[in-house]
Order: sequence, then C-alpha cells, then structure tokens
Amino acid sequence: MDAFVLARMQFAANITFHILFPTINIALAWMLLFFRARWLATHDAAWLGAYRFWTKVFALSFALGVVSGITMSFQFGTNWPGFMERAGNIAGPLLGYEVLTAFFLEASFLGVMLFGHGRVSERIHLVATVLVAFGTSLSAFWILSLNSWMQTPQGFEIINGEFHALDWWAVIFSPSFPYRLAHKLLASGLTVAFMLAGVSAWQLLRHKAQAWTALVLRVGLTLGALLIPLQIMVGDMHGLNTLKYQPAKIAAMEGVWQTERGAPLLLFAWPNETTRSNDLAVGIPNMASLILTHERTGEVRGLDEFKGAHPPVKPLFFGFRVMVGTGLLMLLASWLGLWLFWRRQWRPERLPRLLLQSLAWMSFSGWLATVAGWYVTEIGRQPFIVYGLLRSSEVASNTPSATIALTLACYVTLYLALITAYISVIKYMAGKPVDAGPVEPLPTPGLNPGGAA
Amino acid sequence: MSPDIWMPLVFMGLMGLALLIYVVLDGYDLGVGMLMTGASDADKDRMVASIGPFWDANETWLVLGVGILLVAFPKAHGLILQALYLPVALMLIGLMLRGVAFDFRVKAQTQWKPLWNRAFMLGSLLTAASQGWMLARYITGFASGWGYTLFAAAIAMALAAAYALLGAGWLIMKTEGTLQALAVKRAKRVWPAVVLGLALVSLATPLVSPTVAARWFSMPALIALLPIPLMTAVALLALRALLNSHRVLGKLCWLPFALMVMVMLLGFLGLAYSLYPYVLIDRMTVWQAAAAPKSLAFILWGCAITVPAILAYTVFAYRVFWGKAGELSYA
Repeated sequence: MDAFVLARMQFAANITFHILFPTINIALAWMLLFFRARWLATHDAAWLGAYRFWTKVFALSFALGVVSGITMSFQFGTNWPGFMERAGNIAGPLLGYEVLTAFFLEASFLGVMLFGHGRVSERIHLVATVLVAFGTSLSAFWILSLNSWMQTPQGFEIINGEFHALDWWAVIFSPSFPYRLAHKLLASGLTVAFMLAGVSAWQLLRHKAQAWTALVLRVGLTLGALLIPLQIMVGDMHGLNTLKYQPAKIAAMEGVWQTERGAPLLLFAWPNETTRSNDLAVGIPNMASLILTHERTGEVRGLDEFKGAHPPVKPLFFGFRVMVGTGLLMLLASWLGLWLFWRRQWRPERLPRLLLQSLAWMSFSGWLATVAGWYVTEIGRQPFIVYGLLRSSEVASNTPSATIALTLACYVTLYLALITAYISVIKYMAGKPVDAGPVEPLPTPGLNPGGAA
Repeated sequence: MSPDIWMPLVFMGLMGLALLIYVVLDGYDLGVGMLMTGASDADKDRMVASIGPFWDANETWLVLGVGILLVAFPKAHGLILQALYLPVALMLIGLMLRGVAFDFRVKAQTQWKPLWNRAFMLGSLLTAASQGWMLARYITGFASGWGYTLFAAAIAMALAAAYALLGAGWLIMKTEGTLQALAVKRAKRVWPAVVLGLALVSLATPLVSPTVAARWFSMPALIALLPIPLMTAVALLALRALLNSHRVLGKLCWLPFALMVMVMLLGFLGLAYSLYPYVLIDRMTVWQAAAAPKSLAFILWGCAITVPAILAYTVFAYRVFWGKAGELSYA
C-alpha cells in the first residue's frame, strides 16, 4: 500500500479513537455539574451517588481523551506536514487558541474537580466543575471551527500557494461552523444520554441497581427524548448547508449519480463506482428532493457533475444511513422508554425487560452514530483536505510506507486494547457495590482540617 | 524593530518556556513513574497519589510547545516531526500507556492492577527515553551515522536518569516515612548517571556541531558563559551532599527538587544559547520558518492574555494540593 493511503488510515484510526472520548466528556461534564447541583439543592444522597459513580467514568474517559488528543497534535505534523506548510497560517492559530483557552483550563481544574475533596470549599469545587465543563465545550468550539474552515473555507487569500488570513472573524465562523458545532454538541448530549440510560438499564437487569440507578435512567431517557428531535432538525439544516457548499458530498450520501429532478430517497442500494450507478436500489420516490430542496421535484445535482473531484460513494452512502438509522432508533427508544417509565410511576422494576435490554444494548449507540457521521463529513471532503483548494495527496508525508505501516499496527493494537479495557472497566464498575463515602457537603474553608498546609 | 523580526523571537522564547516548563513538570511525573519499579504496592499508590492531581495539566505544556512550533514555525514543524517520526510514535505510545494507567490501575479489577502498574512504569520510561532520543537527534541536526545513533542512545538514558532524579526530588518533598527514604536511596543511585549524561551532552554538542563550538569557545564568550557549567556543577554537588544529610527528610525536603530544577534551567539556557537563532540547527532560522506576521499577531494577542491566566491557575492548582500528598479520593 502506498504511504498516502497508510497515512490516511493512521490518522483516521487515531481520530476515530480520539473522538469517542470527547463525545462523552463534553456533555458528561455538564451532567456531573447537574448531578452535583441537584444534590446540593435536594440533599438527596442518590444524586451524590450518581455524581460519584459518573465522575469515575468521566475521569477514565478524560484520560483516554487527553492521551489520544496529544497523539493527534503530533500527527498533524508527522502525517500531513504539507498541510501545516500550506495552511499553517490558518490552522495554527485556531489550534493554538484551543490549547491556550481550553486545554489548560480543563486540565488544570480537573485535578481540583476530581480530588479537591477536603481541600477546597463546595463553591470552589463547583466553580472548578463549571470550568472543566466549559473547557471541554470550548475545545469543541475551536476544533470544529478549524474543521469547518477546511470544509467551507473563507476569509483568506492564497499567496505563493500558502493560505493567508484576511478576516479572522470569517475564518472562525465559516458557513458550515454553526451547524457543525450544534450538531456535534447535540451528538455529545445524546451519546451521554444513552450511556446514562444504557448503563442504568444494565444495572437493573443484572440486579446491581444502586440508590441512584432509577434516577439516572430517568435523566438519561429525558435528555435523549429532548435532544433527539432537536438533533434531527439541526441535522437537516446541516444537510441543507452542505448541499449549498459541498453538493458532491450530498450526491454521494444520497447515491445520486446523474443530476435529476424528483430524486428518490434510497433506503438501500449498492453504489457501483465502475458503472457509476446503483445496484439493487430500493427507494421512496421524490423523497430525497423533498428533504433536500423542500420541493417534490427539486433538482439534486449528481456525482457526474463532479467527476474526478468527488469522494468515494460507498462509505458516505452507508455511513449516512447508519447515522440516520441510529438516530431514528434513539428517537424510538427514548420516547417509548420515557412514556413507559412515566406510565409505570417511575418504578423501574415494572419496566419491560425488553426495553431495558434494548437500552443496555444502546449504551454506546452514540459512538456509532457519531463515528458514522464523522466518516460521512470527513471522507466527504475528499479528495481535498481544504475543500476545493488543496488536495490531501499534495500535503502527505514522505515517510517510508513501512514505517507508517509499523506504527499504524502498534497504534491500532493499542487502541483496540484500550477500548476493550474501557468498556469492560465501565461494566465492572457498574456491577460493583458502592464504596461508602462521606455524604456531607464539602466543608467551608474556615473549618477545613485537611486544607492547604 | 519591525514585527517581522521580533515576533518570531517572542514565539521562540514562548516555545522554549513551554518546553522548559514541560520538562520540569512532566519530568517529575515521568520520573516518579519510573521510580515505581520495585516499590511496594502501598508506596506505588502513594507515588501515583502525589502526581495524580497534576499530570494532566503538566502534559498540556507539551501540547503548547508543539502547538507553538506548529503555529509560529509551520515550516519547521513538518520537517522536525517527519525526521522524528519513529521516536515521536514511541513517545506517544508511552504517553498513552502512562496516562490511561493512572485511571485503569485503580478502576479495573484488582487482578489487573499489576499489569496497569507495569504499563505505568513502562510508559514513563518509554516517554522519557524517546524524548532524550529526540533531543539528541534534534541538536545534532538529524545527522546520520552510528556515532550519532550511539549519542542518541546515551542521551535517551541520560534524560531518563534526569527525570528519575527530578521525580525522586519530588517524592522527597511530597512524601514522608519509608517512601521518602526510598526516594533518597533512588536519588543517590541515579545521580552519577545524570552527571555523566550532562557531561556527555556538554562535550558532544560542540564536537558534532562546529557552529556550537565556535559559539562557546571564542574568547570573551567563554568567560561570560562559564557561570552556566559552574553553577550546574555546584548545584549537582550540593544535591549529592544533601542526600547524605538527615535534614533532607525534614525541613530541607524541598531543596533537592529545587536544585534539580535549577540544573534543568541551566541546561536549557546552555542549549538555547547553542541553538539561537536556529529552529533547525545550521539549516533554518526562526525567521525563515516563521508563519505570516498576521497569523503571529493574531495568536500573540491570545498568548498575552491566556498565558498569564494559565500560569495563575496553575499556581492555584498547586496551592490546593500543597504540602505532603494524601490519599486520592473523589470529591
């Protein structure tokens, strides 16, 4: 295999592994703040139990997110040296701001948030938690700003092949950015919602329920039921935005080869790159046109208009269907689950086993939808690294392919081992009896025996 | 002076500062990680507890260092990271193992704990050694030949030893009792390796680079620079003498760490003097590698505001966990 393909595989492996954890952490940090605040408001120890348990999950996810994020910051240079040479003037400052404003904030206050017990007051602890949560969201802001600029670049000029910023405001808020940010933050919320509900359901099924399990199940289902309609709406808006700026990506997602009016929504098909048509297509007539143009006979531009400059069709076509399918399943599960739970007076033991089993299986469904969605948008940018302007092949590293292959093998082995360890440890922690801990609020600084000595 | 001239210099200074802070802060983390080898299980827990609240933020300085390289000197960034492809990959794997082991070792089933402890120690060693290797490759301008490879191997060991000594200093400062005594013992053991390694870098760097030799061994400069090696020698000797004194267990427990930080600061200054104004020795100056002035100005504003804030809350975090390290438990 040539070095370019291997470099892409390596970067994809790393970025796929990395995104799993921030997707959890962004929303889980805010959820922890919510649990803590509920506890302080109600003095119901169940909220504190929920806080403690999910803090452990958060700490673990955070560590995995940090180490894989560091790897990414180096792989920009090792795998795509040309990208920084050509687009460094734009990409550099955005990444720089992420480190300066977000990374340090979350990393520095994480210690206080996790281990501040007996050392800081409840108020300082809450502030630390807010700052960690804010830091994770801010980090998403900057990284998605850069990603969006690569998808829909603006606010620059090109001098001697190098990008130079003209207007930073335009660079940061490129046309696809608001949609992408909203889509990602909601994805994080949904991932956490289903993780909360799924792990709780698993605990109920295994008779390992804790005092807080039913509470967390309810929070997870409610969050999921609230966010999924929003996500479907934002996803639709994001799609329309993509249609405007990256029509080739949409054509590949919908499997539209020739420009047509009244394009069908394909439920299944096998896109064939050699015949440039779909095999085994099953679709709803006019539906794709209706969704994309909000008109039954609206025109959808086909891939043939972008010959030589459109992404591979299969990954986009299937990735998109996996994401949407998972989303619809989430809609069904959260609404049905919440309705049943309400009908049964919030008594978890009365819930049908099938519902709990489905939720348990969906614990990591957010990961599936997120990764599928990212594949659609990132592979959909190909063959460009900066859409329409700079091809990925132009900026690849000239490291020998054997070296890349060797390190790729090491990374992939490590990632698979770590994902396995992560899921099994969460399962182990969820099944373990509670550790008894103090149930008083943190002392105020004046009465603080173990404080700064 | 026009911004085209001074801004790259400012960023070189900032990058140096970030890397210096990284080497000191994560240096002690990695050192403690390596020193876990052979310690009892209870001591291992206390060692991890002493660095638990800090490691994540400490590691972020590395991201800032490589971030500034990327932001301010994008042309050098690609060249350097490609030349260091393999050691970078090894370091990343080391950092991953060490970082995740922090959490897995206490959260996984008890029968897995020894395995995660091993991942912790191995990850720390791998990270330290590959950083030493990269340092050696970098200061020799990525020259090839078996002599250079040998040099890189020696520096890899030396930097790992220096981190271990720094970590021992940290433990002497942050712990008590048997663990503190163990740290003193280990510090004595790695001290000769550190001295040897430092001497080796100091002698080898001018030998492999005529630019560096000319810079140090011209007449007025040599005398002006003499304080750097002299102070380093004094600090190292004082550190060694201190390890024999019982006062290192009590009132002066902070001093070995402080002396070791001083050694690293001096080493850093010497290195900075050797390299300036190159970002890639003899090949590319900071001005040749610099990003467009407009981009530098945009990020400089951010640095002017955020770096002091970062320093302030770093100090806050250290103050919260001031004094001897206790057991770690979630709030």
